[in-house]
Amino acid sequence: MNTVMNTGDLLEPTHPTNQRTVTMPHVSTALAPPKSLTASPRAVDSAIPMRRLIKVELRKTMNTRAGKWLLATIAGGAAIVMAIMVIVGIVTDEPFGITDFTQVASFFPMALLLPVLGVLSVTGEWGQRTNIATFTLVPRRSRIAAAKLATGAIMALAAAIAALVTGVAAMGVFDLFGGDATWNLPLQSVVSFALLQLIGLLTGFAFGMLILNTPAAIVSFFAYSFLLPTVFFAGASLWDWAESVRPWIDFNFVQEPLGQGLLSDVNWGQFALTSAIWFVAPVAFGVRRLLRAEIK
Amino acid sequence: MISVEHVTRSYGDYIAVNDVTFEVASGHITGFLGPNGAGKSTTMRIMVGLTAPTSGRVTFDGRLYHDLPNPGRHVGVLLDASAQHAGRTGREILTIGVMTMGLPMSRVDEMLATVGLTESESERRLGNYSLGMKQRLGIAHALLGDPEVLILDEPANGLDPAGIRWMRGLLRRYADRGGTVVLSSHLLHEVELIADEMILIGNGRIVASGDRESLIQLSGGAGTIAKADDQNALTAALTAANVAFRIDGLQLHVFARPIEVGRIAVEQQIVMTELRTQQDGLEDLFLTLTAESQRDAADTTHEPQIAGALS
Repeated sequence: MNTVMNTGDLLEPTHPTNQRTVTMPHVSTALAPPKSLTASPRAVDSAIPMRRLIKVELRKTMNTRAGKWLLATIAGGAAIVMAIMVIVGIVTDEPFGITDFTQVASFFPMALLLPVLGVLSVTGEWGQRTNIATFTLVPRRSRIAAAKLATGAIMALAAAIAALVTGVAAMGVFDLFGGDATWNLPLQSVVSFALLQLIGLLTGFAFGMLILNTPAAIVSFFAYSFLLPTVFFAGASLWDWAESVRPWIDFNFVQEPLGQGLLSDVNWGQFALTSAIWFVAPVAFGVRRLLRAEIK
Repeated sequence: MISVEHVTRSYGDYIAVNDVTFEVASGHITGFLGPNGAGKSTTMRIMVGLTAPTSGRVTFDGRLYHDLPNPGRHVGVLLDASAQHAGRTGREILTIGVMTMGLPMSRVDEMLATVGLTESESERRLGNYSLGMKQRLGIAHALLGDPEVLILDEPANGLDPAGIRWMRGLLRRYADRGGTVVLSSHLLHEVELIADEMILIGNGRIVASGDRESLIQLSGGAGTIAKADDQNALTAALTAANVAFRIDGLQLHVFARPIEVGRIAVEQQIVMTELRTQQDGLEDLFLTLTAESQRDAADTTHEPQIAGALS
């Protein structure tokens, strides 16, 4: 069994065997660099392109059980919510447009789960300690942060497009079964919807970068997303000064027109300031720490 | 060649790594030896840029790790075999590495075969791997980019004796092809069998280094364990030759090298049943140096003479 193999054997493609004891001869084969690796010596020293890093990061969001289930839940949840809308619309004979379908999917599951996707893309590395492998292969850590940010944006836009397509399909079914369908989809609504998903996921990313711990980051994001608006609302109803300050610090409040598909109603000055507070600042802080921190 | 130059890392008042300097030449296996918490892992993390040194630097053929454009093609790293996503399969973990480095996908199967993980094992999630399997996968991951250098923290951890022997063979072959290996361990016998050079580290400092022979010399010369067919004849011959020894049960501890004991035995036509280097000397040295390095007084008595013996 465990005999020395001749060179003819070593040139054969290696087959994993069931017994560990016979695998030693393979060592020589695999440690001799295969042609594909040595053919272009320059390739050894060519830097890793950003496109490749984004591709890897996209794969990493999908190749774990948690990632698969999260994506499946978002897709499945959106489909179910829209199906319910179709039924409700037909039964109550209410007039619906395409944006009615996408808006309800935006409320659930997208507003809830896309940010979780953003959180996980960062905190997952720390929780599972894959950051050791990630940052030894790519020691310029800011490149990983940039790749993750780009990946988040791609995922959010892909989710928005998928939801819009599903919304159109739901509308088709609604129309087919005699629903009061209004077939129009203003560009403003499409852009608002996509922007809202993008902001949602990237804010989750920002919370992940800031906190670097999955449960804590998710809880904090939900507090920001659901608790804080109530606090701001209460404050604004109690005190005049709070009401005037709110649009400059409450990111959710500033995003409200987007939720209604009214891109033109967004106050971009307030948008810039609130996104600086809730997105730019935590990401900047997180990246700064990432560049200095010890990866253990 | 790896060059570690005056690397120091402190955490507040605590100095984890203290002015560590050493070089590792191509084709050599260097063992990093020290008790837990001696600074081995911190030094290794500094080498691959995961921890920033407070001062000093580490270069690979003159380049900092950060400046390697595709580091996985130069330096294979295994710091913690469990530090991979428990929900990914072994195959998927290697695939991510291959994608990142821009290698052909065939490399995944080649490395799985190299470390002896079967097709079905590669499809299992890491969470279901034994520590030994994780260690094999970690070695496969480190070898993916066909690097010139391997940096392995406690690679034998979790391997059974057969696995440790397998790893020894693999690393020996790798070094014989010109590869450079730095590996750490807190177990002396694990390292002395495999390493060409050993670096003993205690309390963040290098307390001794060199090949096995020179370290044995440091420990006061090699002792010999000897047993003869006619034990009385051997003790008489040693006494006549003026060689000191101590009787320890059925065997003799001789304060001389095995070759000297062997010569005496041949001259007196004594049949030897056992003749080997005494291991305790090295182990004593290891324990003394690494333990005493925590006490300043003992440290200074050893250090000057040992520093001179560093290669």
